[in-house]
Amino acid sequence: MTTDIQHDLMRELGAERLGLFLYQMVLIRQFEERCGELYTKGKIRGFLHLYTGQEACAVGSINCLEERDKVLTHYRDHGHALARGVDPNGVMAELFGKATGVAGGRGGSMHLYDVEKGFLGGYAIVAAHLPLAVGLGVAAQMKGEDFVTLCIFGEGSVGEGEFHEALNMSVLWNTPTVFFCENNLYGMGVPFKASLSTEVPKLAAAYNMPAVSVDGMDVLAVYGATREAVAHARAGKGPYFIEAMTYRYRGHSMADPELYRLKEEVEEAKRRDCIERLKGQMMAAGMLDEEGFAEVEARARAVVEEAVEFAERSPQPALDTLFDHLYKE
Amino acid sequence: MAIMRMRDALREALREEMLRDERIFLMGEDIGLYGGSYAVTKGLLEEFGEERVRDTPIAESAIVGIGIGAAMGGLHPMVEIMTINFSFLALDQIVNNAAKLLHMSNGQINVPLVIRMASGGGSQLAATHSHSLEGLYAHFPGLKVVCPSTPADAKGLLKRAFRDQNTVVFIEHTANYGLRGEVPDDPDFLVEFGVANVMREGTDVTIVGYSGSVHQAVRAAQMLEEQEEISAEVIDLRTLRPLDIETVVRSVKKTNRAVIVEDAWRFGGFGGELAAQVMERAFDWLDAPVARVACKDVPLPYNRNLEFHALPSEEDVVEAVLGMFKE
Repeated sequence: MTTDIQHDLMRELGAERLGLFLYQMVLIRQFEERCGELYTKGKIRGFLHLYTGQEACAVGSINCLEERDKVLTHYRDHGHALARGVDPNGVMAELFGKATGVAGGRGGSMHLYDVEKGFLGGYAIVAAHLPLAVGLGVAAQMKGEDFVTLCIFGEGSVGEGEFHEALNMSVLWNTPTVFFCENNLYGMGVPFKASLSTEVPKLAAAYNMPAVSVDGMDVLAVYGATREAVAHARAGKGPYFIEAMTYRYRGHSMADPELYRLKEEVEEAKRRDCIERLKGQMMAAGMLDEEGFAEVEARARAVVEEAVEFAERSPQPALDTLFDHLYKE
Repeated sequence: MAIMRMRDALREALREEMLRDERIFLMGEDIGLYGGSYAVTKGLLEEFGEERVRDTPIAESAIVGIGIGAAMGGLHPMVEIMTINFSFLALDQIVNNAAKLLHMSNGQINVPLVIRMASGGGSQLAATHSHSLEGLYAHFPGLKVVCPSTPADAKGLLKRAFRDQNTVVFIEHTANYGLRGEVPDDPDFLVEFGVANVMREGTDVTIVGYSGSVHQAVRAAQMLEEQEEISAEVIDLRTLRPLDIETVVRSVKKTNRAVIVEDAWRFGGFGGELAAQVMERAFDWLDAPVARVACKDVPLPYNRNLEFHALPSEEDVVEAVLGMFKE
């Protein structure tokens, strides 16, 4: 279903930009599914948290940013890196632990970084990056710069003290921070309703910041809300909070037997799929046809395959680099 | 040179560095209006204003995390954790973000941050408020750990901390805040990290301390000289990471005996690391096993007699030294 507001937004964005959103969501989907295969083949090790199903959150929010803005996110971070334009070759090589990875093989899946792209990391301790995002806001203020920090986290974060500490201080100090909560309904296997006594946006509203909840399976809804949030923060009006209701199709990590939810629930979520939705909207608007969509898929597939080949042929980090970057001179 | 207390020397360092570098700002609980729990930041709010001297909510984890974020954004913050006891609440930020971001990001993100904390027992504050955690922080690669024992070192090391591109955990023993000493006025006076200070030269035994325990070591050395005619060399490590083991080993090769004094618990403490390194590098020069004088293995009680019975004293150091000279 496309609302009037979304018709306007689609017209404003145009076929090219919407085509980019579609391409990025397809790229992330294919990238993640390929990662899942590579994990079972032992090419990728450690913890692997796939983003499949949540693509609209990354693509809709990160595309609201300017080059000078910053992104911090949680450990399910491949999608955010790709949406921010981090080189897929470097991301895949990182998952392979190779020297050419975005963190030289030191970070792995949960710790991707690309400072040049303003992608300041995946953070693997729940809610630990929220204060960092506020601190970046302090830096922007004190240096007289107008960059905004988009801080993405899961709804599991709201149980952590740092969530509350960071929200409170961001309002007290009026920092240009956009808090973006991806509510995929489960903190690992615990339904969020069993771990939170209230609703997520109410927590943010309690700290006196604007807080909205949007359909995180709808890239246009995410984009519209985040654009407003970023403008608010950049205008010096302080932090803004978005909850995006979403769903992950795969388990929490590759180790997850998914005993806590029914297959029917997953299937129901897939009927609201973000890619199918935008594809349908663009077709209805005459911006896309099946042939065009097939091209998007083929383009994404080629990029993912090139990334896998790049990662395969990249060298292991040399053992004599072990102590590199322990301290900065 | 001026004679000043350690708290004033620390304030001078902050002030001079803030005047030198506008990227430096301070944040912490009660550092502004109140003037700092130990009066280190007194007057700085009035001089530098609210943007550069920020009172925070009581939220140690977020305070440190915001400091890390601000450092990532190009500033050089100083975060004061009122006492080291509260730093447990910020441990994840210090250990997982401040210490590791540079390495994990393959050199892309460094965290130039100074985290000051007041440390130590002996003030009848009981078990939750009497920790000595220098060794705990020294355990983590990626951090630098500094623990001055004199006003001059406090100033020179703190100024040096703001010239560092990494996170410096700067630990001040509460018993030292009122200590007076000569402090250079030179705004370029710095004390380099990883250079231990030979406080007192001697020939018969090497006593190694850091932070508060240095003063027990010095007093013990005086007692040994006056009462036992034993000449003790006293070394103040000044920084635990980087560690100047060379100076310790050189001294031990001269005296052939080593005693390590620390306020922290003996079990699993930094003294054990130091003893191991001395044995690895100077085993053949040792005339006795390396001795450790440390806090007894118990939470520090409120009662003064019990507390001082648990903490190491200069008498304990003297006893440990004498034990090395018995056949």
